Amino acid sequence: MSSRRPIRVLIAKPGLDGHDKGAKMVARGLKDAGMEVIYTGIRQTADSIVHTAVQESIDVIGLSILSGTHLSICEELMEKMVKEDIGDKFVLVGGIIPKKDVNRLKEMGVREVFRPTSTVDEIAQFIQREVEKR
Amino acid sequence: MTEQVKRSEEKSENPKADSDLTETNTGVKVKLFYDPEDMPRFDYETSLGNPGQYPYTRGIYPTMYRGKLWTMRQYAGFSTSENTNSRFKFLLEQGQTGLSLALDLPTQLGLDSDDPLAKDDVGKLGVAIDTLRDMEEIFEGIPLDGISTSFTINSTASIILAMYVATAEKQGVDPSRLRGTIQNDIIKEYIARGTYIFPPEPSIRLIGDTIEYCIKQIPRFNSVSVSGTHICECGATPAQGVAYPFLTGIAYLREVLDRGYDIDDIAPLLSFHLIAGGVQFNFFQEIAKLRATRRLWGKILKERFNSKSEKAMRLKFSTGGMGGGMTEQQPLNNIARIAFYALAAALAGSQSMNLPCFDEAYAIPTDEAIRTSLRIQQIIAHEIGIPDVVDPLGGSYYVESVTDFFEKEIAAEMERIDSLGGILRCVEDGMIQKQLADQAYQVQKKFESGEMIKVGVNRFEIDEEDRELEVFEVDSETRSRQIDRFNRIKEERDNQKVELSLEALKRAAAEKENLMPSILDAVRAYATVGEIVGQLKEIYGEASPVTVF
Repeated sequence: MSSRRPIRVLIAKPGLDGHDKGAKMVARGLKDAGMEVIYTGIRQTADSIVHTAVQESIDVIGLSILSGTHLSICEELMEKMVKEDIGDKFVLVGGIIPKKDVNRLKEMGVREVFRPTSTVDEIAQFIQREVEKR
Repeated sequence: MTEQVKRSEEKSENPKADSDLTETNTGVKVKLFYDPEDMPRFDYETSLGNPGQYPYTRGIYPTMYRGKLWTMRQYAGFSTSENTNSRFKFLLEQGQTGLSLALDLPTQLGLDSDDPLAKDDVGKLGVAIDTLRDMEEIFEGIPLDGISTSFTINSTASIILAMYVATAEKQGVDPSRLRGTIQNDIIKEYIARGTYIFPPEPSIRLIGDTIEYCIKQIPRFNSVSVSGTHICECGATPAQGVAYPFLTGIAYLREVLDRGYDIDDIAPLLSFHLIAGGVQFNFFQEIAKLRATRRLWGKILKERFNSKSEKAMRLKFSTGGMGGGMTEQQPLNNIARIAFYALAAALAGSQSMNLPCFDEAYAIPTDEAIRTSLRIQQIIAHEIGIPDVVDPLGGSYYVESVTDFFEKEIAAEMERIDSLGGILRCVEDGMIQKQLADQAYQVQKKFESGEMIKVGVNRFEIDEEDRELEVFEVDSETRSRQIDRFNRIKEERDNQKVELSLEALKRAAAEKENLMPSILDAVRAYATVGEIVGQLKEIYGEASPVTVF
């Protein structure tokens, strides 16, 4: 991991759902863990998320999805990331994700899925570890 | 909230009791036990009164559940109108006494099903409604004068209400006989739920329009259900979970008072949706809080608004447990939690219950999970003797002390927000959102550190095998079916009539007239939700989001 700059994380809330307590809580926790965190706010599209990620030189994108729309959203986002040449940045998904969908998300290229049993600490540690690997 | 239930002047007289204080999961400190000294100013007539008597601490009706049980509603509605219609019929056959309609996010945000922004969300979290035709089909074979329906709808509430009225007209039902509730509470959308469209000022005016319309045309319909549940899920303390809805309700009352109406005509159309359950649930405190809520609202109406009408001073509230208290681990434990939430609500005299479901942490609840939540209500209502006696905890030293405490806490929080410029100001500048995010984070840390216990999550965990819970899935063809239907209606309808009605609506919005008549005209002509909202956006503009965390 580069010691020059803190890990930059984009927490994004794609789709129309406005319940963003979880997104904000994770944003806050990662900030407390020493990362630089940008929160997009609600109602983001794949385009707007990728655009922000490029603009802000983001290392990690964290998506918060509670509305059952994770499969279509992630599919579109992963494609756009490759197109914009930021396919090397990794994507995490958190929210109400049925277990059986976890592997499908990973097959699309999502690095990890954090379901309601996860803690903010776990997410922070996971990101640290994965970024250090690079 | 760290104040003690015990009054400070007494504390010094009895220092020993202080060492007995313990902090509960709500942050409230309680004594080991309570005795008559904890309620020195208790006076039955002024503190409680009989059920149905001011200040309504014991309940708003003299006979409460003996006269009429609470309404049992479970939130339902998904994909298309036909599916929702059959689920409604299923729930009515199961003995449910009211309906609660969930609408998909595009409908809640004024987007038609063919809108590119709506593509992932059509029919997902509720039913898609584009035109009056969808509403007609949802209630096909369900006479609207025989049921009461609750709609979780906010920024597009005026349109959905107009569609319900137009559906009644088509069924040959006199709209004045309609019963039900539209949530129609925009302020909490800015704080917690996120389905706002327009800026606050015209949004509140639109709420005023619906209230005014209901006063005149459908007086049995609750035109606003001011909600505390979502903000509690977002981190509000129990007292804030009442204080903010109260301030919000008062803002709506003032909007209509300014139009020359009498408080006693407006207030009965307001109801509240308050939390009973959730992340920071504390059984006795929840009951006390709800009793205090009734008493304080009665006093506010009488003392601040000079209300003379019992109907206006009686605070009607429904309760929701909300899914935040449900765990994915050992999901059957949730059934026990739901039962405690429901019991607290019943002991507090709730008028209507909407419980979470045990599979809530997985996905949209299945039929079995919804039915189980309904059965919990039925067990409390019919099996274990709860409805027989009104306010059975009244007079308990502890419950009365905590009731007094919450009344003060709620009033103090209302004053604090007013001193900072009022609820609208504090929401517009993000102050409340930031505060709730902070509080939610602190609570989460307490769960993660084990300071707050969640059974099966951070205590009494087991190694669980992959659970075989059935997960409800929305039919993937929903969106294309809905768009086909939508296009068919657009071909069949009289497009010139639609155009004219939309132009009239836009003029009325620019002139700040009451919009309900023009929205009704547009709806009757089968204008879409998106078309109607599009006109209003041109006049009102759109709200800007707050992204503080």
